This record gives sequence, structure tokens and C-alpha cells, in this order.
Amino acid sequence: MIDLLGYGAFFLSTALIFGLIALGLNLQWGLTGLFNVGIAGFVAVGAYTSAVLTSPDAADRVGGFDWPILAGWLAASLVAGAVAAFTGYATLRLKSDYLAITTFGVAVVVQLVALNAQGLTGGPFGVAFIPRPFASVQSDPVLFNFANLGVVVAVTLAVYLALERLSRSPWGRVLRALREDERAAIALGKSAQSYRVQAFAVGGGIMGLAGAVQAHFIGFIAPDNYLPTLTFEVWAMLMVGGSGSNRGAVLGAVVVWAIWVGSGALTAAVVPGDLQARAASLQIVAIGVMLCLILLWRPQGFFGARK
Amino acid sequence: MAVLEARNLTKRFGGMAAVDGMSLSVAQGEVLGLIGPNGAGKTTMFDLLAGSVRATSGSIHLAGQDVTQAPAHRRLAGGMGRTFQIPRPFPGLSLLDNVLLARQSQTGERFWANFTAPGRVAAEERAARDKAMALLELVALARLADQPAQVLSGGQRKLLELARVMMADPKVILLDEPAAGVNPALLEVLIDRIRQINAGGVTFVLIEHNIDMVSRLCGRIVVMAQGKLLYEGRPDQVAKEPRVIEAYLGGVA
Repeated sequence: MIDLLGYGAFFLSTALIFGLIALGLNLQWGLTGLFNVGIAGFVAVGAYTSAVLTSPDAADRVGGFDWPILAGWLAASLVAGAVAAFTGYATLRLKSDYLAITTFGVAVVVQLVALNAQGLTGGPFGVAFIPRPFASVQSDPVLFNFANLGVVVAVTLAVYLALERLSRSPWGRVLRALREDERAAIALGKSAQSYRVQAFAVGGGIMGLAGAVQAHFIGFIAPDNYLPTLTFEVWAMLMVGGSGSNRGAVLGAVVVWAIWVGSGALTAAVVPGDLQARAASLQIVAIGVMLCLILLWRPQGFFGARK
Repeated sequence: MAVLEARNLTKRFGGMAAVDGMSLSVAQGEVLGLIGPNGAGKTTMFDLLAGSVRATSGSIHLAGQDVTQAPAHRRLAGGMGRTFQIPRPFPGLSLLDNVLLARQSQTGERFWANFTAPGRVAAEERAARDKAMALLELVALARLADQPAQVLSGGQRKLLELARVMMADPKVILLDEPAAGVNPALLEVLIDRIRQINAGGVTFVLIEHNIDMVSRLCGRIVVMAQGKLLYEGRPDQVAKEPRVIEAYLGGVA
């Protein structure tokens, strides 16, 4: 029973971190209509920034800055936000599928840098010994899991409330206008370029923050964590929860993560040992099938506005 | 005094001069008609004045300021509003949001202000809302304020555009074919509202093919043909001018 409670806290923490990423995507796609499929790249930038700044000295890469965790998270948001702002600036003239291809390319570049710039990122071995919040109570798993869940809930809630305020504000109204008709928004005196870059930067900063929170939650990161599968999962979460809704982004993350974990546990239980590696692909199939079913039943997602 | 003045405006697309050395002077409080056959360069002239197209040569002055190089999104704040031949409301946004978006220099449109000065943002937003509702009232759309703009008919969209452009407190409004596709009853509302707004000191320039509307609203008409000024005068003079008739019916009559 105690184990189950601890696992529940662990599960919810992981899911809410995905919820954070989905909140960032909702600002970019749900509100502004920017087709970002480079999510994994911005998450990775945040994760590596905080990991390198806070972890102890390592032999084969830069490090040993020993920053406090919160400073690392702040730096992660700022650096990921800056990378996203640059991406937004470089893609000002691109729309829909062309924008998607470019952001995808950015994520691939980030992942390759993480894999090969050994002196900065530790290369394929990643960064280990990332300080975990409440490490002093690690010997009591339940307490430890719940303390971490508290941190994740607090961060998610803060970001959620800030985004709710923004999406109801005149600032959010301009972003929705850009989503509907960019030229008309310009005719009304709005600088489409400036707002696009802002939406990229704020959304990317949130993704970077989520990456940092996740890195400190697990304590270890490697380039394999930031493959396009991550981007796919987050998109599935936003679609299921309802694009345009912050509540939907968080709830969609919990639901899709439950399906992901559930299908993983199921394949592990029923598939014989020598086929396990291949059966892992079934997880992606499960998400795809669930996505189709949910969208057939409710095309706008749980909380999306009906068009 | 001229509130809007264009001197020697030229716009070339490749070898073709869509607007060819046009000069125009609009007096404060005037309703000026801009007519001419299709392809005369009227809409290009509007694009130049509103800044969505950059002039090849010539200059534009708004209330004494040279705005020739100012980008389109600055001209509205500078006092020049325009509506489009085919209205472009934001289809998924409510009528109220559509009108509110036209408000210029709103504190709440700056990202940080929503966290650093929420009181000021809320106060401005309340004032803007009251004004937007009054404008929707003016164009008889207030009861649809919460509906998405996509429910509106073509004629109602023109009225929404008028309310939207008014929200920016412009000195001059450029109306591109306001009567096209508007039913006669709604057209009367539109003419009446333009008069009412004009009485409040706002200057209008309108492109229109509906000659009845032009002669009822405009004290002066400028006729363009092939990118150039063809004739300028009162409505009754324009109607009798052989060169104007020739330009409209040229090659046919």
C-alpha cells in the first residue's frame, strides 16, 4: 500500500513534468498557431543547462559550478527561451509545414550536439550526479517521492496560473489574432514579428524549465532522452487534452502518460523475454491507436473549444 | 488644412505603373470619393496610403508628418485607419475581441505588464471594453458581441470593420468599397454611421462604385484612370464630365 502511494507520487510527478512541456506547446500552437515539432530540442537545452551548472566537477567535461538547483532552473528557462527566440526569429518568414520542418531540424541539431560535444555535455554518457531536491530524505522513498511531487506540483501550478493570466490578457488576444489571420493583425497595428518571437521564447522557456525539473528529478540525463519520440508524446498529450486549453494540456499529459506506462507494463507482462525489445515499439502503437479513438470520439480533445 | 496629402506618388510593379504620379490632398473633416474604372489603381493608391505597399517614389504626409517610410502597423497609431474591399475579421474571435484588438498602445499587450502592472492593465481593459461595446452599439451589432465573427453576413462584416477601425481613434479612415455586397437596408445604416462619425471630425476617403452612395456622401470626387488623376470636382460636375464617361465606357461606347 505504501509502495503504491510512493509509486503514485512518482507517476504523477513524471506526468506533470510532461504537462509543463505541453503547457509550453499550448502557448505556441494552441494560442499562436506556431507549428513547433522541435520540442525535444528545447527540453534538452534546458535539461543540459541546469545539469551542467549544478552538478559536481566531472573529469571529461566542463562542470563543477555547483550552482543551487533553483538558479539552475532559472538559467535553464532563460537559455532555452533564448534558443527558442532565435529559432523564432530565424523562421519569421516560414509558416505551417515549413516551420515544422525547420523546428524539427533544430531539435536534431541540439540532439547531435548533446551526443558529440563531449567536453560540454558528456557525449553519449550524458551528465550524472545531478543534485536532486530533498536528497537528504532519499532513504525514505515515500517521503522523498511526495516531497518531489510537491515541487513539481508547485512549478506546474505557477506556470499554469501565469499562462491562464496571459491567455486572458490583451497579450494573449494578440496571439490569438495572429493565429487567425496574420495580415489582418498587422493592419491593426500589431507587430506580428515581435509577437511570434515572444511566443516562441516564452513557450521554449517553459519547455526548458520542464527539461531542467525532469533532469533533477531523475538525477541523470543522456542524449537518448531527447529523441523525436518525446516531441510526438507531447503533441499527443496536447491533442488529447484539447489544443488551446491550459487545463487540457495538463490533463492530456496525465492521460497519455498513463496509457504509455500502462501499455509498457502490459507488454512487459505478456511478451516473452526475447521479444521484449521489439515489443517496446507497441507503446508507440498504443498511443497512436488511443489518439485516433479519442479524436474520433472528441475531435477537439477533452477541453478544446469546438470549432 | 490638409490632413492627408500625397505628392507625386508612383508605384511600379515591374514595367507597369499601377499608380503613376498621383497627387491628392484631403482636407480635415472632408468626405472624399475616389472613383475610376477597374484597374485604375484605386486600391493600390489605398495600399500606398495605408503603408501595406511601399511607394516607388513620391511622399505621403499625415497631419503634417512625413509617413512615407512608416510601416503599415505604425500608420494606424499615427491616425490612418483602413478597411478592406473584402473584410477580414478574425473569424474565430468574438466581435468584442475583434474590436478590442484595434485599440492602439494597450499596456496589457506588453508581456511583462500583465505581471508588473495588473491593475493598470485591468483598468485600461475595462475602459476599452466600454468603448468597444459603444462602437458595436453604433453599428447595430452589440447583441452579437460574444459571438464569433464567422457568424456575420458580408454586410455585417463591413459594419464590424468600421467599428474596429474606429476603435483606434483615427483622424482619417480609408474605406475600400464599403457598399459592395451590402443589402440596401444595411447600406442606409452604413451611410448614416459614416455621416455621424464624420460629424465628429473624422475625415473619410472612400473608393466606391455605387455612384448614388458617393454623390450622397462626398463633397468632392477624384477620378483616376490608368494610375493618373483624370478629373476632380463636385459629384454633379463629375457626372457630366465627358472625359469621365469616356474612361468608364471607353472602347465600348
